Amino acid sequence: MTVIEVTDLQRRYRSRSGVFKRTTRVVEAVRGIDFAVERGELFGLLGPNGAGKTTTIKMLITLLLPSGGAARVLGYDVVEDAREVRRRVGYVFGGDRGLYERLCALDNLRYFAELYAVAPREQAARIGELLELVGLKGHEHERVEGYSRGMRQRLHIARGLLHRPEVLFLDEPSIGIDPVGARELRATVAALVEGGTTVLLTTHYMFEADELCDRIAVIADGRIVAEGTPDELKAGSSAGQVVEVEVYGSAEFALDGLRALRGVTSVIVEVRDQAQVVVVRSGGVGDLTQHVLDALEGVNRGKVTARQPTLEDAYVELVAGA
Amino acid sequence: MSVARLLVVGTWLQLKMRARSAFDGVLALVYPLFFATTVFLMFRQGGESGALVGAAVGASVMGVWSAVSTTASTSLQSERRQGTLELLVASPTHFPLIVVPITLSMAIIGLWSLVTTLLWGRLVFGIDVRIDDPAGFVAAALVTVLAIALVGYLLAVSAVRYRGAWAFGTALELPVWLICGFLVPLGQLPSWVRPISWLLPPTWGVSAVKHAAEGSSPWLDITVCVAVAACYAVLATAVCTRLLRSARAAATLSLT
Ligand SMILES: Nc1ncnc2c1ncn2[C@@H]1O[C@H](COP(=O)(O)OP(=O)(O)O)[C@@H](O)[C@H]1O
Ligand SMILES: [Mg+2]
Repeated sequence: MTVIEVTDLQRRYRSRSGVFKRTTRVVEAVRGIDFAVERGELFGLLGPNGAGKTTTIKMLITLLLPSGGAARVLGYDVVEDAREVRRRVGYVFGGDRGLYERLCALDNLRYFAELYAVAPREQAARIGELLELVGLKGHEHERVEGYSRGMRQRLHIARGLLHRPEVLFLDEPSIGIDPVGARELRATVAALVEGGTTVLLTTHYMFEADELCDRIAVIADGRIVAEGTPDELKAGSSAGQVVEVEVYGSAEFALDGLRALRGVTSVIVEVRDQAQVVVVRSGGVGDLTQHVLDALEGVNRGKVTARQPTLEDAYVELVAGA
Repeated sequence: MSVARLLVVGTWLQLKMRARSAFDGVLALVYPLFFATTVFLMFRQGGESGALVGAAVGASVMGVWSAVSTTASTSLQSERRQGTLELLVASPTHFPLIVVPITLSMAIIGLWSLVTTLLWGRLVFGIDVRIDDPAGFVAAALVTVLAIALVGYLLAVSAVRYRGAWAFGTALELPVWLICGFLVPLGQLPSWVRPISWLLPPTWGVSAVKHAAEGSSPWLDITVCVAVAACYAVLATAVCTRLLRSARAAATLSLT
């Protein structure tokens, strides 16, 4: 059964600026996307900042009205049957906002249990069970203002699960939490999917999408640029090669020369530790390394590595091409 | 049943949050006493004892209005700032049922401010508000607080759509002191102001409380106050759905 069905969904924002001379700027945040998520799937929406992930989720959970197109969740239209959708979905976003700082975790959960009409008789048991699940047992009487980022995130998850939603929307849930917390979070999400919950997760971390998701849609600049299982996406990028060169000092002047090389699909400069690394990706075969080194003539350089493309390379290429 | 429970839990948590903030809680409790002291000192110069009783009542309602008007519109703005407004809207509960507890908690704080102002006048300034008709007086006071809370409900609802509405609520605080006859008798205002006063429930509330304190019948004013306040409640509930939809179209539920 199709749980989330998105058809040519669009959203634009108008923002006004200026006091005397008013100018209206229109941002096309989502430019007509289509996808479908089946029951029990963990579907990932992967894309860089500003790609339109949050906007898409907010349309699906009825916080934003679409500017065009349509979406159905569990068969209910997100505009016409908003209340039916709200009853059945959970929403958790990353970051440390969205909680009542001056209340303890227990009160935060009690309030949302009321809002989601969790039966009074079940509330205490359900809240206890969730505190256990997210590992906040023993901290439930502490005020949220004293919570760490990781604890806040876990409280968010407990809140989102109070009413046993059939579909869970997770918007960059691991943002700003440490690697251990992020791993626990991934385990929690995996367990939920195991239990039958359908999950739509957004992230800009490749490895997170790779590890968790059954299927991924890559979104860039409001459009879906690729869709498939992680393996399918990797297969699409297995051809070609990648050369990475550490450089010291300015290499700007050489970049255009690199881009002009035959078969090169992208050239980017990343900062890693002390050095800058020029990453050259090519779809072609042949001795890319030698050509790259020739083009970097006169640049003070360090280690040179040639390797096979990874899923990350596929992603960077898709996003760069959008 | 579950609606009643929701309202009780919501109001209780709202009060808990306010009590834990120095700014909203502690100051809100002592603030009205500053107004009252200023007013009492000014009126004592004037010398008439009848005027002083009127001032005590006016100052007490002033405190209620100040507490409600400023918090009504800022409370949803702070929900927006802390990212909870979206979570409230995303829940299946009808939005008015979420806003009413905020309003009720303000009414309770308002009631506190009314009672303390009268006690302060009595204990510190020796202003004896004689209450010939205790039932009428209590009814007038309760109705006034509730009516003001309902005006707050309308302000709060408009803050859902308009990110700038909190400033509007705060801007209303002082003009209403003047227009509703808290301190200055309505007869002294220009005649074109009077129709505006009539549309504001505090005008009728203050008049009812004054009547009850003076020993004349407050019931007509109470009735009008209830009727006008009910209009605010109906209006707020009616526009709520529309404003929420408009907020979802204009993307004003979150800060960015
Ligand atoms: N309320 C808003 N008003 C104007 N522009 C917005 C608003 N929200 C988001 N945008 C813009 O829409 C685009 C998509 O944003 P968003 O959906 O938040 O992306 P993502 O979640 O993928 O980072 C961005 O260019 C962003 O600046
Ligand atoms: Mg986002």
